[in-house]
Amino acid sequence: MSALRALLLRELRLAARIGGGGAMGLVFFLMLVTVVPFAVGPDLNLLSRIGPAILWIAAALATLLGLDRLFQADAEDGSLDLLMMSRTPLEAIVLVKAAAHWLATGLPLALAAPFLGLLLALTPEAMGGMAVTLLVGTPALTFIGATGAALTASLRRGGLVLSILVLPLMVPVLIFGVSAANAASGGTVPFMTPFLVLCALSLMAMAVGTLGAAAALRAATA
Amino acid sequence: MFRPMRLTVADLDCQRSGRFVFSGLSFELGGGEALALTGRNGAGKSSLLQILAGLLQPAAGRIAVDGTGDDLTLPELAHYVGHRDALKPALTPLESLAFWQAMLGEPAMTPDEALDRMSLDHAADLPCAYLSAGQRRRLALARLLVSRRPVWLLDEPTSALDAASQEVFAGLVAAHLASDGLVIAATHVPLGFEAARTLRLGEPT
Repeated sequence: MSALRALLLRELRLAARIGGGGAMGLVFFLMLVTVVPFAVGPDLNLLSRIGPAILWIAAALATLLGLDRLFQADAEDGSLDLLMMSRTPLEAIVLVKAAAHWLATGLPLALAAPFLGLLLALTPEAMGGMAVTLLVGTPALTFIGATGAALTASLRRGGLVLSILVLPLMVPVLIFGVSAANAASGGTVPFMTPFLVLCALSLMAMAVGTLGAAAALRAATA
Repeated sequence: MFRPMRLTVADLDCQRSGRFVFSGLSFELGGGEALALTGRNGAGKSSLLQILAGLLQPAAGRIAVDGTGDDLTLPELAHYVGHRDALKPALTPLESLAFWQAMLGEPAMTPDEALDRMSLDHAADLPCAYLSAGQRRRLALARLLVSRRPVWLLDEPTSALDAASQEVFAGLVAAHLASDGLVIAATHVPLGFEAARTLRLGEPT
């Protein structure tokens, strides 16, 4: 356990320091969301209708932004070799690394979403819905991306391949995330229906993504 | 002291992108013995070390460790110091060593002591980005000291080291061999310690 705690601490430290991807996703999210009202124009009804979708698209793209370095950075400097030689199962290492990535990018996005919702004229209920859906939905984005990141770990410029690989798999998360966020501010669908599907997607992504990423990293040694 | 262990490699074939790097390689190594791997560039020294470290799959052959008393695999018993030093530019030497100690298990020296031994104590809190090539190599070697593992797999361990550091390193290897550890090192230059045996790769046999 102390090995995994040390790994988590190291990942968070790296994310927070210069050259780490911690703030990058958040700044990108901020940029995208602030630019939209200028592009769409001052139609508050339209903005509040498309607001949840904009926030979710921005969250998905912001997650993708730093994801290609998740395993690539360790593969390049040889850290990955040593991690694979530790006595901790590779699946646990992958789980901790992806969790650290979520803590450094996904969680800040979910926390910032209500404030950015102001720019998109969201109602208070919609802001709450946004924060909650991003909170449970962004782990799915991270873990789906982790498998792609593991597959492209040894590729130079792997970011493009990664995006093409994982974006289609993120579509269900996007659909249920946006529909849950919309349901939070009223509508015909009860909030819990899409929300529970979103929770299920997240849990599934955590299990499948962890196993898939570990398998992909192992396959790279063959 | 480590438990007396024995490493047996039999009929190992290494294939990289369809080309045989070496084939039919066999050797045995016991506790307290060192093996120096020599041979021209591309003879497969690094590939052999990577195979032993579990980072590359051999095309054929068998690798076995006996006498360790538990069911740990060779990669879990081995330290690997390769060409890439596994250092993060943003972390300090102290943080790196503390992390690898926790990750690799079986703590031996404290990170502070290990840095002191490798004469890096003055740079303990400097980000690794500011270290010179020799200092980075010394820090990578300090990893051998913070965690107790019986097998050392070293790829050109003395590259970028100055004369004084090479001497310190030779002392570390001698101490490791004296406590029944195993050392396999790839090298072009004399390593400064008595290698029990030399394996020349890439020679027509």
